[in-house]
Amino acid sequence: MSAASNDIALRTGVITRVAIFAVLILFAVYYLLPLFVMLVNSVKPLEEIRSGNMLALPEVFTIAPWINAWGEAQIGVQPTGLSPYFVNSIMMVVPAVFIATFLGALNGYVLTKWRFRGHRIVFGLMLFSCFIPFQIVLIPMARILGLLGIAGTTWGLVLVHVVYGLGFTTLFFRNYYDAFPSELIRAATIDGAGFFRIFRRILLPSSGPIIVVTVIWQFTNVWNDFLFGASFADFDSQPMTVALNNLVSSSTGVKEYNVHFAGAILAALPTLVVYVVSGRYFVRGLMAGAVKG
Amino acid sequence: MAFLEIRDLRKSFHEVDVLKGIDIAIDEGGFLVLVGPSGCGKSTLLNTIAGLETITAGEIRINGRPVNDLHPSQRDIAMVFQSYALYPNMNVAENIAFGLEMRGVSKPEREAAVGRVADMLQIDHLLKRRPGQLSGGQRQRVAMGRALVREPQVFLFDEPLSNLDAKLRVDMRTEIKKLHQALGTTIVYVTHDQIEAMTLATQIAVLKDGILQQVGTPDQVYASPANVFVADFMGSPTMNLVPGNVQSANGTTSVRIGAVDLPIAEPTEALRARAGQDVVFGVRPEDVTDVASADRSARYVETVDCNIDVVEPTGADKFVVTRLGEKEFTARVRSSERIAPGDRVPLAFNMDKVHFFDPQTEMRIN
Ligand SMILES: Nc1ncnc2c1ncn2[C@@H]1O[C@H](COP(=O)(O)OP(=O)(O)OP(=O)(O)O)[C@@H](O)[C@H]1O
Ligand SMILES: [Mg+2]
Repeated sequence: MSAASNDIALRTGVITRVAIFAVLILFAVYYLLPLFVMLVNSVKPLEEIRSGNMLALPEVFTIAPWINAWGEAQIGVQPTGLSPYFVNSIMMVVPAVFIATFLGALNGYVLTKWRFRGHRIVFGLMLFSCFIPFQIVLIPMARILGLLGIAGTTWGLVLVHVVYGLGFTTLFFRNYYDAFPSELIRAATIDGAGFFRIFRRILLPSSGPIIVVTVIWQFTNVWNDFLFGASFADFDSQPMTVALNNLVSSSTGVKEYNVHFAGAILAALPTLVVYVVSGRYFVRGLMAGAVKG
Repeated sequence: MAFLEIRDLRKSFHEVDVLKGIDIAIDEGGFLVLVGPSGCGKSTLLNTIAGLETITAGEIRINGRPVNDLHPSQRDIAMVFQSYALYPNMNVAENIAFGLEMRGVSKPEREAAVGRVADMLQIDHLLKRRPGQLSGGQRQRVAMGRALVREPQVFLFDEPLSNLDAKLRVDMRTEIKKLHQALGTTIVYVTHDQIEAMTLATQIAVLKDGILQQVGTPDQVYASPANVFVADFMGSPTMNLVPGNVQSANGTTSVRIGAVDLPIAEPTEALRARAGQDVVFGVRPEDVTDVASADRSARYVETVDCNIDVVEPTGADKFVVTRLGEKEFTARVRSSERIAPGDRVPLAFNMDKVHFFDPQTEMRIN
């Protein structure tokens, strides 16, 4: 592959290359500009934003908007800032990611290595669940959460996200395990390992790359979700996204843009961290597999 | 009583019958080789013995104990797979010890057992490596080590050498044979390679389309193939099989192939009864030679002048292709013999080693 791209690079002229880079840089700026604006304005006093240029660097540097967004801003009844909602989101995301990934792996394992009559239909239905629009399930889901007595709780949200994520996580793991040699399972069976032991000792240790993919996917989706959070959460279980919305839209009096920017960055930070940290493992996992062949 | 007994074994996948009533018995310490063309059910048969596939009907006994309903891990068998199936996330020592660990063998005992096996297979220096860091031959040894360490009653091998290059395959073949002689454990071994089958087996079972064609010692299978399929399948180059007609005149029986009449010295009752009928005449290339290298111990040798079409030197010998009754026919001559395409030379037929088959049923005529 690298040979092919070298080849292309050799054949393209300087002008073409300049054009390609110009376009790339243009798009990079285009995508980075909003982040730049948010960052710059989140460390300016409010007067400076209102009087000046949004793109200008701060004249007076202040972290007050960040402190305000995190711990003091009026959201709901109390001036708590975003911090309790950040905790709510973490309490929701961690179990939702963990459970959905684990169940997806288990499903993928069963659907490829312990096939049963009708496994195709089961998988087809799970795939189908990936394409059901969120809005359709709102009312039935509200009813089920009510019946289970977990309406308005963090665990209710966890359940919603696990159910919604399961289709995708199952798809990821099924496709990954489909290529996993069945002879290994047979060898382990003869060696005397049972269902869970084979899963834990043979399959899971080889699942690094797909676990990372699934975790990134599930984490991003659950963390960024607004609709379920807005629909099913109470005050004390609201996730970060809903709180951010409340902060931005409901505050009476002056619009504190600098605080809003800081809050938005705070809300986006965890997904960014997940990408930066595990993205590297992701690539590393892929490379290791490729070299071994 | 036989050590491993398979009785009327049947196996269907959904509606497709893959094994259609297999009967095999093998004594303790025997080496049974299953051969047959691709897709004939060899692996399936092996997997049913291992318990990796359930059976549709029949019975499997190991050492007198029916194992039909036993889990693979309780059948006291060990298996070596074609792909070796080494656990990629464990090093060699862990791979070998895994089966013992699952059985709850203590760590010191496991280490001792791994050491013993590693010694036997000369893989001591590899124990800390991962399978990904091993060559094909080394992986093969580790796979055998994993089977050996369990000290099972029966070893099952599914084409263990087919992923190795030609030279290594011959070496490993010898090693497996030595191992079998040293351990004396019963082995069932699947292969495509009929040379492997001939060299390793105490019993060969030839399978085709899920039906057992013949079971016997390598010698029986080679010298008296039960039908046309076995005759054609075993041996390289393959046996010459040409249509002929049994003739009987003045008390002598002969077989007529095209324009050639080959007298049969001591025809069997069954063959004489077929006077006037068509048969399939078979003779292996090594039993049709130049006159000087005709088998001296053969009682009856017939010489026929043949036109040579093709000459294929192999180094040790030359194979020459001629025509007999409009069919291609291969003979083996000394490499020093000067023969060129287009020559007409006498070829000596060893009439002790000719075979006759029924053209309809394809069964051997004794
Ligand atoms: N799980 C399965 N479901 C359906 N059919 C199967 C299954 N496994 C094997 N078969 C069929 O059973 C037949 C025998 O397969 P098997 O793997 O035993 O052949 P084989 O003799 O080992 O061939 P090869 O020499 O190519 O390994 C084949 O026709 C195959 O398509
Ligand atoms: Mg096979």
